[in-house]
Amino acid sequence: MTISTGSINDWRAGDVLEPQHYPVTRADLVRYAGASGDFNPIHWSDRIAGAVGLPGVIAHGMLTMGLTSRAVATWTGGAPIVDLGVRFTSMVVVPDTDEGTIVTIGGTVKSVEDGLVKIALQVTCDGQKVLGNPTAVVRG
Amino acid sequence: MLVADRVAAVDSSIVGREFPPVGPYLVSAEKVREFATAIGWEYADQVPPTFPIVLAGASMNAFLAESGLELSRIVHGEQRFSFQRPIVPGDALTSTLTVASLRQMGGNDIIGTTTAFTDTTGALVGTASATLIHRGEQA
Repeated sequence: MTISTGSINDWRAGDVLEPQHYPVTRADLVRYAGASGDFNPIHWSDRIAGAVGLPGVIAHGMLTMGLTSRAVATWTGGAPIVDLGVRFTSMVVVPDTDEGTIVTIGGTVKSVEDGLVKIALQVTCDGQKVLGNPTAVVRG
Repeated sequence: MLVADRVAAVDSSIVGREFPPVGPYLVSAEKVREFATAIGWEYADQVPPTFPIVLAGASMNAFLAESGLELSRIVHGEQRFSFQRPIVPGDALTSTLTVASLRQMGGNDIIGTTTAFTDTTGALVGTASATLIHRGEQA
């Protein structure tokens, strides 16, 4: 069954959650830098990103993880996330255009046990996985 | 120690070491709102689970300064947040970083850190676990 939102207490293992698509622009990177305190210039300077061998300015891994938590909150209607873990496997390159790029987050319910819902996530950009084994546990 | 063509930089005696507590950091509704806006988070009554990265930065900087690791050589490998209870505005949280593990692979150091967040009663609120990959210098 594909579900979008609703009471997570009705969810079952195997339920597929509606993918969320989040645009990411340079302005978003600047906003995240200020909010998080991570001012590493690889997230806002083409010159420095290029000098350290990156294909361009990249998004903060923690921003991608934050967008992942946002998708979980959207699916669950803001249920408390008690555990969220990811591996950073690929970079999200953000071109200096009005559109930027798009991060897509999908999810599948893995288990529902003792009031805890475990969700396996898929986080991609340009069709490529950017997070390894992202998993969330939510309290129902 | 020479492995492959790179030189690992981190001494294994660092494993198990607990760094001095940092804080307390006062969680304000305004900072939470700013952080939530930056990730498009729409649930005003919930602090986003990645918010503690705002606190973890200070203890991470102290750790980097003391361990002699170069920020420009560090890549964020893994990150996990676990919560005993939700963080709420008004919390005053102290961060304590412990070096949990160290592996050396291909001349790179793979460092596991755990940062515990405790409230004013000393109760554990949550934990941030990070794996950092410190790229060794070309030999």
